[in-house]
Amino acid sequence: MADLKLSDVEKAYGEVKVLSDVNLDIKQGELVVFVGPSGCGKSTLLRMIAGLEKITGGTLEIDGMVVNDIPPAQRGIAMVFQSYALYPHMTVRDNMAFALKIAKKSKSEIDEAVNRAAEILQLGPYLDRLPKALSGGQRQRVAIGRSIVRDPKVYLFDEPLSNLDAALRVATRIEIAKLKESMPNSTMVYVTHDQVEAMTLASRIVVLAGGGIAQVGTPLELYERPNGEFVAQFIGSPAMNLLSGEVVETGAQTRVKLDGGGVATANIPTTDADMGLKVNLGARPEDLIASDDDDYLYQGEVDLIEALGELTVLYFKPDAPGADPVLAKLAGTHAELRGKTVKLKADPARLHLFHNKVSLLYR
Amino acid sequence: MSPVLQGLLTIIIGVGGCVGYFYASNIILDKVIFPARGPQAGRNINRANKVRPWLFLFPAMFALGLYLVYPVVGSFYRSLFDRLGNNFIGLDNYINLFAEEAFRTAVFNNLLWVLVVPAMATFLGLLVAQLTDRLVWGNFAKSLIFMPMAISFVGASLIWKFVYSANPDIGIINSIRDSMGLEALDPLQVPFWNNFFLMFILVWIQTGFAMVILSAALRGIPEETIEAAIIDGANPFQVFFQIKVPQIMGTIVVVWTTITILVLKVFDIVYTMTGGNFDTDILPSYMMSFMFRDDGRATAVAFVIMLLVLPVMIWNIRQARKEMR
Repeated sequence: MADLKLSDVEKAYGEVKVLSDVNLDIKQGELVVFVGPSGCGKSTLLRMIAGLEKITGGTLEIDGMVVNDIPPAQRGIAMVFQSYALYPHMTVRDNMAFALKIAKKSKSEIDEAVNRAAEILQLGPYLDRLPKALSGGQRQRVAIGRSIVRDPKVYLFDEPLSNLDAALRVATRIEIAKLKESMPNSTMVYVTHDQVEAMTLASRIVVLAGGGIAQVGTPLELYERPNGEFVAQFIGSPAMNLLSGEVVETGAQTRVKLDGGGVATANIPTTDADMGLKVNLGARPEDLIASDDDDYLYQGEVDLIEALGELTVLYFKPDAPGADPVLAKLAGTHAELRGKTVKLKADPARLHLFHNKVSLLYR
Repeated sequence: MSPVLQGLLTIIIGVGGCVGYFYASNIILDKVIFPARGPQAGRNINRANKVRPWLFLFPAMFALGLYLVYPVVGSFYRSLFDRLGNNFIGLDNYINLFAEEAFRTAVFNNLLWVLVVPAMATFLGLLVAQLTDRLVWGNFAKSLIFMPMAISFVGASLIWKFVYSANPDIGIINSIRDSMGLEALDPLQVPFWNNFFLMFILVWIQTGFAMVILSAALRGIPEETIEAAIIDGANPFQVFFQIKVPQIMGTIVVVWTTITILVLKVFDIVYTMTGGNFDTDILPSYMMSFMFRDDGRATAVAFVIMLLVLPVMIWNIRQARKEMR
């Protein structure tokens, strides 16, 4: 139950800096999710908080105390690993009791903590089994139980659901959400590459990219007001379409003439100085609407259709071979559109403008 | 006939014979013994399929029987006869053995060997494997420790003969004693302890073996379980004894029993170093002292050794199978 403060945290392997200028304040009771593409350093950052990786620059504070050089066990953290990391030769009970035994807690204290955790996680019937006799979901629950018994200040989760199959992943995700709800004062840091997990679990999301923090915010902030093209395309699935163009009208609303021939108006204020600015227009596939209007944003031939029943994803033929196709997500079924030329428009309030990959809102 | 041609011919006959055996026996089974036609066709096919595995196993089982089972039975039979092999004397050889002081000494020494050598070699091997795991020059250290494995027991014994030499100019033990102003002595003639000096040679050889196998096993332990233990607050000793060792227990047992079996068979070291004198005899060297003089007696000792090895062997194979699963 604690605050966590990272100031100018940096990680270097020899000359190579993999993380730098990481500044982050995590308040007690928050569930902060680190997301980012593979190799962005999100797991490394978590392991630095855990004390498994050395912090090569900056400071890490837990509860106002700098813990850079304090061994993991004394930081008051508990970690749940992707591979569960259960001790294979110990029963579920011994796995959960191990930390307390090491800490030389009394037998009754250990039993109480283990039984309480087993109750929360419904592991009661499995306490005397070895990990190999458990299913993947049960193993992950034991791993979580191992953290709970220690009653840590900060819970760390390193992609805890990646080894589970799809159905189990959803179920365990909901369990983690409930667990968080039942422990409103506990601080949790959660690493994942799955944005659904990030969106559903997080009170705040930290998007990591290129060796640093790209943006921090609540899930909806990141979805609605991404600060750059990277976050815009990383959050949301399928990814946001980016269409290049230039500003032709400025003011409270900005009008952009797109290179593909269309025009679009976005509710983003610009000044006269921005006239003629080269921008990328960002439009999420789910915000695009098919329309016969002359004032269209994009026009193209539908190359491929993914009919998901409730909605249909249209893949347009790219202008140049190899270029990213424009995608549109329309409600209902639209099988008849395949091979047709379709015009798209969007609500001005739902559009984004980027210059040099940075959102015009965050200039 | 030139040797090359002879060799080639042997290969052709051997390989051709194998192929011919499988092909012909299969045909005979399918066409002659259980033909897949007539009113009993279905039953015949099932029977043929039941017999077929044994058909294929037969050559291997026959060879094993000829070269392993027959000698065992034959040895036992021979051990029931006197030194010349023409008078049946029942279990007299065994009774005489157990009555003899030298045999009892050999059994006692052998027991010491079986207890000390595998324990020491496995322990040292595990220690070295763990200590060199993260070292930059760990691989170099490991190759040095592994090197004795490549030396024959007789060669190793010769090396250690120098180490144990009674001459202070040659033997390191006496050189140290000399520098401390102590009189030279022959370590191999110190009663009781000379056994341990001999055992140490085998430990020196076998530590490399234990180290290599256990090092691989240690590397196979999932890193996360160790990290989880560190986060749980375990110190390096607790991580080693409560997390790492239990996870490689199966491998430790296999290494331990493998060395145990080797110890029960080793004879060269004792034979070369002391010839079994000064109460250092162990069963195999004791057996050697009867070979060609009293084969009945010698085979009786061989049989005792086999009976001792057997349970360890069975355990070893069971463990190794468990490991493979």
